[in-house]
Amino acid sequence: MSFISRGFQRRQAPAVPSDRVPPGQHVTRDFPVLSAGPTPRIGLDEWRLEVIGEVDQPRSWSWQEFTALPAEEVTVDVHCVTKWSKLDSPWTGVPLDALLDGLETSAGFVVAHSYGGYTTNLPLDDLTGGKAWVAYRYDGEPLEPEHGGPARLLVPHLYFWKSAKWLRALELRADDAPGFWEGYGYHNYGDPWREQRYSGD
Amino acid sequence: MTDAIHVDGNALGGLLIEVFGREMTDARGCCASCGTVNSLGAMRVYRSAGDVVRCPTCGNVTIVAVVIRERTRVHLGGVRWIEPVA
Amino acid sequence: MARTAILRRLTWAIAEVVDRVDETPRVRSLGLDVPDWPGHLPGQHIDVRLTAEDGYRAQRSYSIATPADGSRVTITVERLDDGEVSPYLTDVLEIADRIELRGPIGGYFVWEPSRGGPLQLVAGGSGIAPLMAMLRARLQARSDVPVRMLLSWRSGEDVIYADELNAIARDATGVEITHTFTRLAPDGWTGRTGRLDRDALAELAWAPSERPLVYVCGPTGLVEAVASALVELGHDPARVLTERFGPTGG
Repeated sequence: MSFISRGFQRRQAPAVPSDRVPPGQHVTRDFPVLSAGPTPRIGLDEWRLEVIGEVDQPRSWSWQEFTALPAEEVTVDVHCVTKWSKLDSPWTGVPLDALLDGLETSAGFVVAHSYGGYTTNLPLDDLTGGKAWVAYRYDGEPLEPEHGGPARLLVPHLYFWKSAKWLRALELRADDAPGFWEGYGYHNYGDPWREQRYSGD
Repeated sequence: MTDAIHVDGNALGGLLIEVFGREMTDARGCCASCGTVNSLGAMRVYRSAGDVVRCPTCGNVTIVAVVIRERTRVHLGGVRWIEPVA
Repeated sequence: MARTAILRRLTWAIAEVVDRVDETPRVRSLGLDVPDWPGHLPGQHIDVRLTAEDGYRAQRSYSIATPADGSRVTITVERLDDGEVSPYLTDVLEIADRIELRGPIGGYFVWEPSRGGPLQLVAGGSGIAPLMAMLRARLQARSDVPVRMLLSWRSGEDVIYADELNAIARDATGVEITHTFTRLAPDGWTGRTGRLDRDALAELAWAPSERPLVYVCGPTGLVEAVASALVELGHDPARVLTERFGPTGG
């Protein structure tokens, strides 16, 4: 029987799972900043977003070109594997469907590459069909660097580590390749509704 | 560039003792990327889904510690060697 | 004894709270009696683990604020408003309560008089705790290592160990203590205000030519700024040791 600390209670109990809150999560009003490395500082002049790999024609946008694309304002819930969930978070971003529109590819998988070296992987299907954006505004303001600005991937239906900050490139691939956290034992897919936190879950 | 979201290798002191069985913050580690030798305690630690330890000289990842289902796993792929104090 | 303190294998021990001192409205020191404590070196820390009835656990690290003293270990805890562990330690724990901890931990951010000096100590807020262990050890050992201590506080009511620091500044030889206030200096304060920037460090710290051993502890932003500035001023990076506690961990 382990030692119990008299009068100690956790600060934020997990919320009752509901259609908004996946199992094991608690809801926060904050927006925690968690990172595997220092915040890259990318000037908008040098910033590029690329779609590369198994594609007929690689694509590339400068900041001007990217922000001229039709964007959507979306309000989504995000779920971090470290157990916080943030409901109704307001983003502005370009849908992946628009970025990949007309792209010819046989690829089934994507690796998202960030400035600073971070990577994460997803099936291509999880980026399309209205499920993902490249977001560059949060709550109406330009996305701050500590939250992934200039632009980050936003894939709310998966754990938030899949929403790569400081997005630089989407590499389309015929075969899957684990990204940063996936290589260190986190789940390859990461569905919060099936609580797929770790490899083997 | 400054960023306010890292701590020092000291912060992993307890975890490293769990894994190595002895004090390791004063151990020296050789970065596999740039070859610089630093105390583990002097390395920068970014804490999120795991603890990512980076070489203070070149910024590359030296060590990653992840606690999964109450087991601690320490990935040493970013160091060429580690040498505890005698 | 000192070597044993660094190298010994760790187990969780259950300590008893034997003393509580209110240092400031937000900061409390806790004196703990730890069975079989092997001693420790100034600068080392303990990990404290709290367990709720449902099995939930939270763990944080706290620097030991006092030199080795038998089975007595003292930590100085600042209550963070949205913290999980610190409010428990400052507001709930009472004398005779027990607490689970392990230590001593740390072999890098450590100083003892035999390491020599001159000693340069720089702290922001509750980062003073491990440096206080070093200063107290230096005095207890009657060492003649010269010490300069630079302390950055937000306001007058944030000063931890105020009486003790005043007494040391007044009575000890070879110890210089400088305070600065970054938000609201105390009434009648004629001393320094503003951050410990490069100019302040150039003026107040030991010169690089003295080759001081430097220990910097506090919030990440302060530690980063001070350590970088000292290296820019010419201090050997290998002699500038840092202990940051990030914005998390409360």
